[in-house]
Amino acid sequence: MDYTDKVIEHYTNPRNVGKIENASGIGEVGNPVCGDIMKMFIKVKNNIITDVKFKTFGCGAAIATSSITTEMIKGKTLEEALALKNGDVVKALDGLPPVKLHCSVLAEEAIHEAIADYYRKEGKLTEEEIKTKCNLKEHHCESCGI
Amino acid sequence: MKSIYFDNAATTKLDDEVLKEMIPYLKENYGNASSIYKLGRESRKAVEDSREKIAKVLNCKLDEIYFTVGGSESDNTAIKGIARANKKKGNHIITSKIEHPAVLETCKQLEKEGFEITYISVDENGRVDLEELKKSIKPTTILITIMFANNEIGTIQPIEEIGKVAKENNIYFHTDAVQAIGSIKIDVQKLNIDSLSLSGHKFYGPKGIGALYVKTGVKFAKFIDGGHQERNKRAGTENVAGIVGIGKAIELAYENLDEHNKKIKELRDYYVEQVQEKIRYIKINGDMEKRLLGNSNISFRFIEGEGLLLNLDLKGICASSGSACTSGSLDPSHVLLAIGLSHEIAHGSLRITIGKYNTKEEIDYLVENLVEIVNRLRKMSPLWEKFIEEENK
Repeated sequence: MDYTDKVIEHYTNPRNVGKIENASGIGEVGNPVCGDIMKMFIKVKNNIITDVKFKTFGCGAAIATSSITTEMIKGKTLEEALALKNGDVVKALDGLPPVKLHCSVLAEEAIHEAIADYYRKEGKLTEEEIKTKCNLKEHHCESCGI
Repeated sequence: MKSIYFDNAATTKLDDEVLKEMIPYLKENYGNASSIYKLGRESRKAVEDSREKIAKVLNCKLDEIYFTVGGSESDNTAIKGIARANKKKGNHIITSKIEHPAVLETCKQLEKEGFEITYISVDENGRVDLEELKKSIKPTTILITIMFANNEIGTIQPIEEIGKVAKENNIYFHTDAVQAIGSIKIDVQKLNIDSLSLSGHKFYGPKGIGALYVKTGVKFAKFIDGGHQERNKRAGTENVAGIVGIGKAIELAYENLDEHNKKIKELRDYYVEQVQEKIRYIKINGDMEKRLLGNSNISFRFIEGEGLLLNLDLKGICASSGSACTSGSLDPSHVLLAIGLSHEIAHGSLRITIGKYNTKEEIDYLVENLVEIVNRLRKMSPLWEKFIEEENK
């Protein structure tokens, strides 16, 4: 697999691995059939993501995208984190092989799910509002059809 | 960093003795084997000597061996060649679900040309079901193509029984023996094999050279049009150095077969024992008895194979996995799915294939790193977290 040095560096030394006890929000996406599961934990204070941790079952690209994504959203406002696109993650990693691009999509989805979970726990927004704000989509995997 | 090589089913290191025999044919003995003068005649002799070495190992006639560029070409030539030349007799071919892509994709191509293919199942150990094979036979069946031993899980098929079924039903039998040659004694007459593929670089020979055995009387269409080489079946100037290399390699492999096999089996068994002792929640894939001696295929639950391979690579260790992420597609290995593994277990598989150059010290280094990497990746895995939480309930 043709990985960039940045990807190799991140899967060799992944940042923010682990879980947050009493997390403000948890987002889990993917499934074992596809071979990728990402679970993101966020701590939110005054609309800012003060801490973020992840657990990932997946290939080197999945681990690297999880790792860099946590770095990219730490210290950001929820709106800034929601604005992060999978293309930004790919760019930050100096690129991903085409067959691995779905890993970056998973990372984006995991953040959105974690923030949605935070909003749900907060209880101020309706489910419909959360869905729109967090751009929640049904995940579609071309491999397993899930 | 020095590479520690545990991927001998992918390819093997060229034996120094083989290289030594090849070098003159890359240098001063550069004659075209079809030329009439001495330089050419010397090349011709080298080609025919190599053919004799292969024929001797397989117990067949000299003119039943054709040189090709490798296993995939041999499979293509045999299957398409036999199918197309025997179309008048019928259009049905039987193969298995766990064949190498060189066979499966060739069969798929033939389907497009109007042939009917039956892909028979295998059991949980990867062995084909002989009853299903017998039931699949039709009046139109012209060819059975089933691999000798599997490249991923090492399972050895009941070749003698398949050969018998084929003979009784007057059907040609081809076997892809790319993984088996060099580690199993194969007598094509005793086993009723009509056609067999082999590849030089799997038994310490060079890459880019293979051979195909086709029994006298079996009709098969020529594969490459052009010159008269290989009895007008495979045009192209012979790769003399490669041919010399494959001949020497097969000779060496069978001269020292028992000695090598004993060593390889000891190392493989030691590796599997060590893993079983030191790592929990694993699954050994494939048949433990009817198996290539150097092959092991173990799934490490809750982790994904590519992450494992990348981390092993950082330690200089070369291995392979049936994970989707290593195949360039999103599906895990068709072999692991065919033996009934769930996607999750298949994604976490690690194939270690031991060869004659491996040592016990290398296995110790491998296991030591494997323990550390598996633990680290599991700590990172949400599946592991969930499993442990449920265990502790």
